[in-house]
Order: sequence, then C-alpha cells, then structure tokens
Amino acid sequence: MSSVFALVDCNNFYASCEKLFRPDIKHRAVVVLSNNDGCVVARSKEAKALGIKMGVPAFQIKDMIHKHSIVVFSSNYALYADMSNRVMQTLEAMSPRVEVYSIDEAFVDMTSVDRVMPLSDFGYQLKDTVAQYTGMAVCVGIAPSKTLAKLANYAAKKYPAIQGVLDLTDRTRQRKLMAMTPVNEVWGVGGKLTTRLAALGITTALDLADANPKQLRKHFSVVMEKTISELNGESCLELEIQAPAKQQILCSRSFGEVVTDKHIMQQLVSGYIARAAEKLRYERQCCGHVQVFIRTSFFRQGAVQYSNAASTRFAVNTDDTRVLTRAAMSLLDVIWKDGVRYAKAGVMLTELGDQGVVQQDLFDTRQADGGKKLMALLDRINTSAHGKAWFASQGQQSPWTMKREHLSPAYTTRWMALPLVR
Amino acid sequence: MHISLLGKAGSFALRLIPLFLERVSAGFPSPAQDFVEKTLDLNELCIQHPAATFFVRVSGDSMIEAGIFPGDILVVDRSLRASHGDVVIAVLDGEFTVKELALHPAPMLLPRNRAYAPITLGNDSELEIFGVVTRSIRDIRGQR
Repeated sequence: MSSVFALVDCNNFYASCEKLFRPDIKHRAVVVLSNNDGCVVARSKEAKALGIKMGVPAFQIKDMIHKHSIVVFSSNYALYADMSNRVMQTLEAMSPRVEVYSIDEAFVDMTSVDRVMPLSDFGYQLKDTVAQYTGMAVCVGIAPSKTLAKLANYAAKKYPAIQGVLDLTDRTRQRKLMAMTPVNEVWGVGGKLTTRLAALGITTALDLADANPKQLRKHFSVVMEKTISELNGESCLELEIQAPAKQQILCSRSFGEVVTDKHIMQQLVSGYIARAAEKLRYERQCCGHVQVFIRTSFFRQGAVQYSNAASTRFAVNTDDTRVLTRAAMSLLDVIWKDGVRYAKAGVMLTELGDQGVVQQDLFDTRQADGGKKLMALLDRINTSAHGKAWFASQGQQSPWTMKREHLSPAYTTRWMALPLVR
Repeated sequence: MHISLLGKAGSFALRLIPLFLERVSAGFPSPAQDFVEKTLDLNELCIQHPAATFFVRVSGDSMIEAGIFPGDILVVDRSLRASHGDVVIAVLDGEFTVKELALHPAPMLLPRNRAYAPITLGNDSELEIFGVVTRSIRDIRGQR
C-alpha cells in the first residue's frame, strides 16, 4: 500500500505562543530573541511584513523596534516546550503514528485515510482541532513522501490562497509546484548544495526531480539520490516514531558582556561542560570526543577577529564531568589568546554511545564505579528542588547566566505565573 | 496497515476501571485487602482533555454571585464548544475576562455581580473565546 504523510507545522510558533496569552498584542509585530537576547529567532507575521529578517542581531534593529513599537520577547523555553507538547498530544490523539520532528512540526501517518474521507478533509480536521485545543495555527502539507509533504507545507505557508492545507498527492500538481519552487526549498538541500546544483543547471525543485539519480549520486551522496526518489513520489524515508538518540550535544552561549579574562572563560567553559555532561547522562550516553570553541563577535566591525576550536578523543568513552572538565581546560589552554574580546564560547560532545557499550581501556582505571555514583548523586542534587552542587572550576554562579530581559511569565508551567482574568 | 476513523478522540468519555490488587501473603489476611483500589487523582476529576486544559487566576469580583472569587484558579477546557449559559474566558478590549455567555435573546457577556452591567455584543462584532471554564479551585484557608 502506498504511504501518505502529512507534515503539520506551526505558524511562527514562538511568536504565536507569546501572543496566545497576550490578547492585547494580538495584531502587533512580535519578535523573539535567541539566548542572551542575541538574534531574532522568531517573528510574527506582522514582523515579517516589516521586513525583519530571521537571525538578525537585536542591536541592529533597535531603531525599527522603537519606530514600529515591535514587542520583543526573550526565548521562554518552558512555555514553548509546554505548548509543543500540547500540539503533539493533540495530533497523537488523532493519528496512531506521529513523528515529532522538531519543537513545532510533526509528520503524521495518513496512509489509508482516503478510504474514509478526502485527505484534505482530514488535513483540515488536524488544523482545526490543533487551533481549537491549543490556540496554535498550523499548516498541513499532504504527500506520498516526507520530502514532498515538506514541500506541500512550504506552499501552504507561502500561498495564502491555499488556506493552510495542501493535498499534494496528485502528480500533475506536484510537478506544477516544483516548477515554481527554488531548489533550496527542498528538504535537505542547503546553501552549499544549491551552488553546486546550480553549476549543473539545477535551479528548481523540478530540475532536481528530473535529474538522473545515479549521476547525481556520484557528484553528491546517496542522500541526494533518495531526495530525488522522494520528489518523484517514492517514499524512502519512513516515520521515525522513536526519537533517535542524539548524535551530538552542544552547549554554547553568546555572552551578555565581552570576556577578556582567562579565569572567567575557564569558569564559563566549565559551566558548559557541566551542563552538557548532565544532558549526556540524562540520555544515558557516554561520549568519545570533546570540542571547545571560543570566538569574538562577527558583528563588531573593526575589532580584532579571532575564532578557534580544539578537540580531543578519550581513550575510554566517558560521562564523568571531572574527566570532561580536565580535558576541556587543557583544550582551552591551547586556543586561548590574551588581548582578545571574546563574545561566544561553547563545548560539543560527539561520538556518543550508550553507557552500556563503553570500550574499556586496559591501562586506564579512572572510570571506576566511584565516578558513576558521584555523577548520579550530582544529578540527583541538581534536579531536586533543594539545591545545587557544582564544581569549583565553574566559579560562583552569578553574572554569567543568560541575559533574558524580555522574558514572559511561564504561564502554563508555574502556579505563580498563571494568566489573570478579570 | 488499515486505519478506520471512529471519530474525534475527544468525543469519547473517559472510562474509569477500578483496579483491584490482591496479594497472597502468609499470616492473618487483612479484611480490607479485597477492596484496595488505586488512589484518587484530582487531575482525573478536573481534567478531561489535558492537551487543551489551561489554568487562569481570577483577579476581579464580577463573578462572585456565581461562586467565583478573586484569587481562585479556574480550569479552562478549550476543547469544549461554548454554549448558552457556560462560564467562559473571553477576550474583551485586549484583556482576558471571565463571564457567563448568553447567546439568546441576544449575544451577551453576563457578569454575575449586581454591581456590574451586562456587556452586549453587537451582531457584527466578533467575540473571541479563549475557552470554557469547567471548575474553580479556591484556597479556603488562604481566604481568612
């Protein structure tokens, strides 16, 4: 039986979450800023209409914010995560197979639905129910492959005449849409690939669909071959119902103020390691590789620009904060340069494996049971309501926490922050 | 795989099945053993549609004759369609308000406090309803 997928994607998700509890700003332009109030990560449709681009640094649009009275929010992850769960639960109640693809989008299995009702009718049911239950507006793209469902969703968002639900199961319609869609809108075709594809004369999605898959596989990879099949309506990517274990854990921040002192940088990096290691243990994984990176701001023109990273591999995979911190500190020594105004730093843990499948080192006895017990205790303390425990290398926990000046209340996750009604 | 749609999941009533636990142990049997059930969960009583349920806090006295007082926490179910006589959370002048919804003879929001006047809604004006209030939770000791 041929598969049918729907991609359900929330419109301007972060901005919509903020607006839901603020009826007073229903028609105002809203932007949401990234960690540390750095860049614009979400825009309401009014903000998009003003021409505010995704990813633009907040300080660059200061005048616009003032001039158009744009409402600015810091990222309220507690709120977005709760609203996301509500959307996903609503979808899961309507379809037995749902793949949560990201915080604001999910693939829904619609195979055989057309025996009961037209696909677009079910699409509207998904859309209307999510809107009624959660207040979130979504678009629905329906197609025989995930890549085409993504494309259908893109069209449903881009062309208001479609009214939010597009059934793209018809081959003629698929080809018509692909002919007017630039190839970089195809799922998995990013910036660099676009340039290389252009060199081969492939500029629209339809050009790619009609390209010779075997030939492109030689130029690119097997992924590109699959993309071509998917564009031709042949499903190669199954629903991934179970969230795959993370392939990497990244913890990085832009600083609220510039860092020039190595001691402070050591504390910050220690903090990121502690956070990343906590995530690692939460996912029941160990890592084999750690990278530390530091850099200046790309946006401060004229200042000395510096960016560097260093990494190391462990003899034995580890989840021990002490081992990771020791490694990160020596890596920082390698890349640190005095006299530079640092704006961002981070750590990345890769080569992740299950805790159960750690390759032991014959000569390394550090990773004994004592470490496991200590880390388990540390996590228990830090997830409890009673207090925090941290490593001395992280320093005192104060001015270096995230800057979130425009944070909205945790309306749905804190009793003290509930919306008020008159 | 075959799928047949039975209807909206939300339209099915929650069915509670008592859970009887029985353990065989040495010694004198407890006479209560056959009657052990799971403990009562307030969520089960108050929340039929978790994904669609929100809590709000009352800040005014316009509904005191309906037993809704300042400081109360209201359980709001967005999955329910508001009908005549429901207590609803509506949006009025950019603010959330809790009122009784009247649909006939004319659409109105009724305060339940004699000191306030009903709010009539013009036929062409659009009323946005956030959700239907299903329960009210009051801290009795906190009121003293």
